[in-house]
Amino acid sequence: MQYAISILLSGVSLGGQYALIAIGYTMVYGILRLINFAHGDVFMVAGLMMVYLTASLPLAVSIPLVLILTVLLGFIIERAAYKPLREAPRMSVMISAIGVSYLLQNLATYVTGGLPKMYPEIPGISNTITIAGAPTKVVTVVTPILVLVLVVALTQLINHTKVGMAMRAVAKDFETAQLMGIKINAVISVTFIIGSFLAAVGSVLYFTNYQSIVPLSGALPGLRAFVAAVFGGIGSIPGAVVGAFIIGISESVIKGSSWSIFSDAFTFALLIIILVVKPTGLFGEKVTDKV
Amino acid sequence: MKKLFAMLLALAMVLGLAACGGGSGDSQASGGGSGSGKVVKIGVFEPATGDSGAGGKQEMLGMQYANKETPTVEINGETYNVELVYADNASDAAKAPTAASQLVSQDVSLVLGTYGSGCAIAGGPVFGEAGLAAIGVTCTNPGVTAGNDYYFRICFLDPFQGTVLANFATEKFSAKKAYLLGELGNDYDQGLLNYFEQAFDGECVKASFPTNTSDFSTYLNQAVAEGADVIFCPVSIAYSTQIVKLAASMGLETPILGSDTLDSNMVLEAAKGSKVQLFVSTFYQEGGAPEFDSGIKAWLAEDSTAMTNNGGNDTIAAVTAMGYDAYYVALEALKAAGSPDKGAVKAALPSLQYTGVSGAIAFDDVGDAIRDTAYIKTADNAAGAWTLETVQTAK
Amino acid sequence: MKKTVNKSTWIGLACAAALLVLVIVLENVLDPNKNIMVFAALKKGAVYALVAVSMNLLNGFTGLFSLGQAGFMLLGAYTYAILTIPVSQRDAVYYIYNGSAINFSLPELFGGGAVGLVLGVVIALILGGCVAAVVAWLIGLPVLRLKSDYLAIATLGFGEIIRAVFQWDKLGPVTNGANALKNFPTFSSFNIQNGAGETVLRLSTFTAFLLAGICIAIIVLLINSTYGRAFKAIRDDEVAAEAMGINLSKHKRLAFVISSFFAGVGGGMFAMFANQAQAKTFTTAMTYEILLIVVIGGIGSVSGSCIAAFLYVAASEWWLRFLDAETFIGGVKVPLLRNGFRMVVFSVVIMIVVLFFRRGIMGDKELPDLLRRHRKEGAK
Repeated sequence: MQYAISILLSGVSLGGQYALIAIGYTMVYGILRLINFAHGDVFMVAGLMMVYLTASLPLAVSIPLVLILTVLLGFIIERAAYKPLREAPRMSVMISAIGVSYLLQNLATYVTGGLPKMYPEIPGISNTITIAGAPTKVVTVVTPILVLVLVVALTQLINHTKVGMAMRAVAKDFETAQLMGIKINAVISVTFIIGSFLAAVGSVLYFTNYQSIVPLSGALPGLRAFVAAVFGGIGSIPGAVVGAFIIGISESVIKGSSWSIFSDAFTFALLIIILVVKPTGLFGEKVTDKV
Repeated sequence: MKKLFAMLLALAMVLGLAACGGGSGDSQASGGGSGSGKVVKIGVFEPATGDSGAGGKQEMLGMQYANKETPTVEINGETYNVELVYADNASDAAKAPTAASQLVSQDVSLVLGTYGSGCAIAGGPVFGEAGLAAIGVTCTNPGVTAGNDYYFRICFLDPFQGTVLANFATEKFSAKKAYLLGELGNDYDQGLLNYFEQAFDGECVKASFPTNTSDFSTYLNQAVAEGADVIFCPVSIAYSTQIVKLAASMGLETPILGSDTLDSNMVLEAAKGSKVQLFVSTFYQEGGAPEFDSGIKAWLAEDSTAMTNNGGNDTIAAVTAMGYDAYYVALEALKAAGSPDKGAVKAALPSLQYTGVSGAIAFDDVGDAIRDTAYIKTADNAAGAWTLETVQTAK
Repeated sequence: MKKTVNKSTWIGLACAAALLVLVIVLENVLDPNKNIMVFAALKKGAVYALVAVSMNLLNGFTGLFSLGQAGFMLLGAYTYAILTIPVSQRDAVYYIYNGSAINFSLPELFGGGAVGLVLGVVIALILGGCVAAVVAWLIGLPVLRLKSDYLAIATLGFGEIIRAVFQWDKLGPVTNGANALKNFPTFSSFNIQNGAGETVLRLSTFTAFLLAGICIAIIVLLINSTYGRAFKAIRDDEVAAEAMGINLSKHKRLAFVISSFFAGVGGGMFAMFANQAQAKTFTTAMTYEILLIVVIGGIGSVSGSCIAAFLYVAASEWWLRFLDAETFIGGVKVPLLRNGFRMVVFSVVIMIVVLFFRRGIMGDKELPDLLRRHRKEGAK
């Protein structure tokens, strides 16, 4: 029983952290039709910045600073690597994303010297508590709540503000939105800013739980979060969140079984089945091909 | 414009290929410019990046310190300056052959390394083909030297290490059930798990995690739920720090057994101040050679880069001691060969004997070190230091 | 028109033959140890060129965005290795599993010696390709219905699944679990030795070039055939292609299977280059590397992929290596140079190419096209 609860707990907290990354993927994909491969690495860089900033600054300063710097990083990446390719075929943009991801990983290797870095303890959420006999960190409980709050806030933003309306319009039809006088570049920048902000929040939660950071730390959570986004129906924020929790929990369950070798394989198998059976994911809208 | 660019690139490639003969000759001449007299080169084939980067760097520290301590060697009455030539294999078996080729092209007399058996196996044939001897420092997989005449090693092997740890688990904890955790597809981890399982008298539960995993809570919870008496996780430093850190925050009471990779001050740091019981088998225990200990600590205090590479403090990892010994074995081999010629060095190696800080070193027919002793250390979490638990010998 | 095609084919063949001769001469004239980097880069370049061209066939010529290349290479590499490890070495290689479940070796079945080696290696490589092709056919059944990015992510997923299956220790007696397969014939096995064990004729780089060259030539022939034109039609406009009577699913599947076949052969050759086959080297990162080569060379250009493969390998593993070493010039330490800097510079170079030379080195042109245009301009 205690074991079952502990597996469920780590599944839920994983799911929450994947959800925060998955939202970034799903929003960017919804608007640009781009798999932002660098997103997982932005998440990793946010973690590394925290390590270096807390070495000289108090937590109260460094946490907001990390959020701001990560947002800045996301903004710069979009302007430098994706904006020049706006008219190029989709494959070029995707390759540019792979290039950025490569660059961030190599840069992180260079800066850290390839050594694993320890994430600082954050008072309050790093403490251990016991739930139904299973020891866990406070962050495990905080994560789903925080995710819920952020998602509600985000949905409000998208459904009830001008920027949100612009985002929906751009996602629906890029060219028409442009013709209607929507400043496409500003909308896209906002998307990247929101995505990076959530990734930064996700990184604080994730690395508080799993404290060691290496340059490839972002790759696996990034990929899983993307799978979650596709699973839930790419472009749909509630879909990404639900998908992330499903992926997180099922990953946790598989790891706890004797089939742990196939935990990654299972995630992908799930993805492929979903894609073949219902290509638009759980909550995705049916898109008709424009000829 | 595009065409011009294409042409230029193509031209650059052709020129680069054509100029290669002269090019490598030049670098050789400029490389030897440090100091007067003749130069003998020793290749350092170690990962400085990738998941074994941390271990590779600590191993290099031992060589660098030894090189600082004894920068010259007398070969056949002549004094040579010893130069270390580095090639980063990036902990990647796909990159190892080119890194090995790099060393061959720089005309080194012999090669030291590498941390991580996978890269040693991939690079080995390149050395063999070039007739260049390599001394494995801490690559413990049997496949490194088997079938390769040119690969030697100064450390013990996985079958021995796995057996020692299995015996230790039985003797110390009267363990009946062990939880074995390793990285999926990593030959080092999986090999040790296998030997442990073979030697362990009791039940084993095996699990593997995919590369780049950072969530180990499920695995540790599983170990607890299975009622394992010990957890055996011979994983690389990057993973072991996470596992130990997590075990510390969970308040895990099951003892954790580790192999030589866990003997790192980064792991120690992760366990500091917690109740984790951590035991590792290793090649060297601090205090075994006081002169070496104090010398290298003084050097670390002086050299801030070296200190960073050692994980920010001056606890001496066993791999560092092994790197130190490997350097002296290399010098002995050069002396015995009587020339810096790689063929002569290779011929001199099999009969070589040397007593280093980690014990006596000699090679058997396959090229493996004849060693029957492993140190088992435990982490003193209050002081943040290793203490010697027991010395195990093969039975 | 027909005549010029013939002429350019002959010129192409002559150039290829000249290149092969040049490789043999270079390898036997230059000091093999001082210049080992050249040959290592050439061999790896040849392997990557083949894999890149096979990926280009799919991504560049058919317009199917697949990221499963590393998975198919893995299949080829393992098939090749399993079939060619000498029987006497099997106990040592499969030491954890107390010997292999497969106890024959193709080179030995063909009587050993030079003939057995050549036949055995070639057949094992072809079988490696076939295994990859069969798996690709099976995967293609569900996956090829997907569109662009979805196809990419699904094939990427399959690559990961294949890797996990090969690392499963229950299959250990066949795949050797997590351990590397080794001791099989490599490129160096093709160096001819005399009775005293001295190498008299070095053919290792030549072998790599020959194998890769033949495969690439077959792909080029295919691209210039009716099938190739159908592939390009699908890439340019699926709907129009279908209206013209091209069977979409059949041709897509065909392109996918053929591309995977050559990726499998390339994987076998990669094992020959790396002296070992281990599942953990065939990661997504490797697929990305190959994709970058295709892009740098120009999507839809075979000669571009080849040139880019050599440039990529040489730059990342050889020319830029000095950036990793701490260097002192006149007693002053050059800033920034330390481990890892090489890859940072390299990735910046890649970003520059991707952003500013979007069409890559060759665009969708081939080397002969460029030369021909030059001649015309010169004549004016």
